[in-house]
Amino acid sequence: MADTTEDHTHDHPGRGTYLEIAGILAVMTTLEVLLYVFRDALGRNVTTPALIVLTVGKFILVGAWFMHLRFDAPILRRLFIAGMALAGAVFAVVAADWFLAATGPGF
Amino acid sequence: MSADTATAHDVGHPPTNFGISNTKLGMWTFIGSECLFFGAMIATYLLYLNRTNDGPTALDVFDIPFTSASTFILLMSSLGMVLALDHLQRNNIRGFQTWMLTTALLGATFLAGQIYEFTFFVEESFKLETSPFSASFFMLTGFHGIHVTLGVVMLLVVWALSLGGKFGPEKAEAVEMIGLYWHFVDIVWIVIFTVIYLIPVG
Repeated sequence: MADTTEDHTHDHPGRGTYLEIAGILAVMTTLEVLLYVFRDALGRNVTTPALIVLTVGKFILVGAWFMHLRFDAPILRRLFIAGMALAGAVFAVVAADWFLAATGPGF
Repeated sequence: MSADTATAHDVGHPPTNFGISNTKLGMWTFIGSECLFFGAMIATYLLYLNRTNDGPTALDVFDIPFTSASTFILLMSSLGMVLALDHLQRNNIRGFQTWMLTTALLGATFLAGQIYEFTFFVEESFKLETSPFSASFFMLTGFHGIHVTLGVVMLLVVWALSLGGKFGPEKAEAVEMIGLYWHFVDIVWIVIFTVIYLIPVG
């Protein structure tokens, strides 16, 4: 077990990197709030895609660096992606229902 | 998978089929299933977003600056968690204890904010039974809050055990599992903050 712990320490990033990632996350959250504050000037066509991009970016940063997916065995990444894919499938079904209810006969 | 396929960063890990500990594999399987759980809840919320039954809408009740502060607090708690694990792996028990307690306190602050927010909503007649929109909102954010509460309890238990000298570097994997759970809760909130709060109001 002690060996395992040592290898983790070598594989995973150091404190400086963690602080950098936290700084980037803080800046991205600030950008999200600024997009909300200036939503009338920017318009929904700008704010919504920008918010989604920032969210995906934050998601990837936390997953890859804080959860160590970037450094751990690929099988863990696949497990997480499988869960995300299933969630995406549920999301797609709901979106289809939403779209059909709005434009077509619906269910 | 055979031992031959293990990659360089698996060296030193337990001799399991995948070259990683079964605990870690189990934790990631759990997290994968949680993605589906929260994905279904977020989808339900979006489905009912406009079904307010003439009750308050998202625009009427959400306080974005307040929720932004809560979001920032939860994000920074993730930093505390990785620093706690880093200190434990380097056998710096004092640093580990400090960051574990900091992470737990940040999580508790987030929860206090959520309780305040819920209280405010109820005073504004935005309750669980008000509309499908309010029900889906409270179910989603409430379940997330329960996850945060469990995380805070786990953090405090580990912190208390470490004070009694029962947590050293040999228990780093257990702390790493709690950390994975905590970061996942953070990741879910990152999505909730944008999809539930910012986009509908923006």
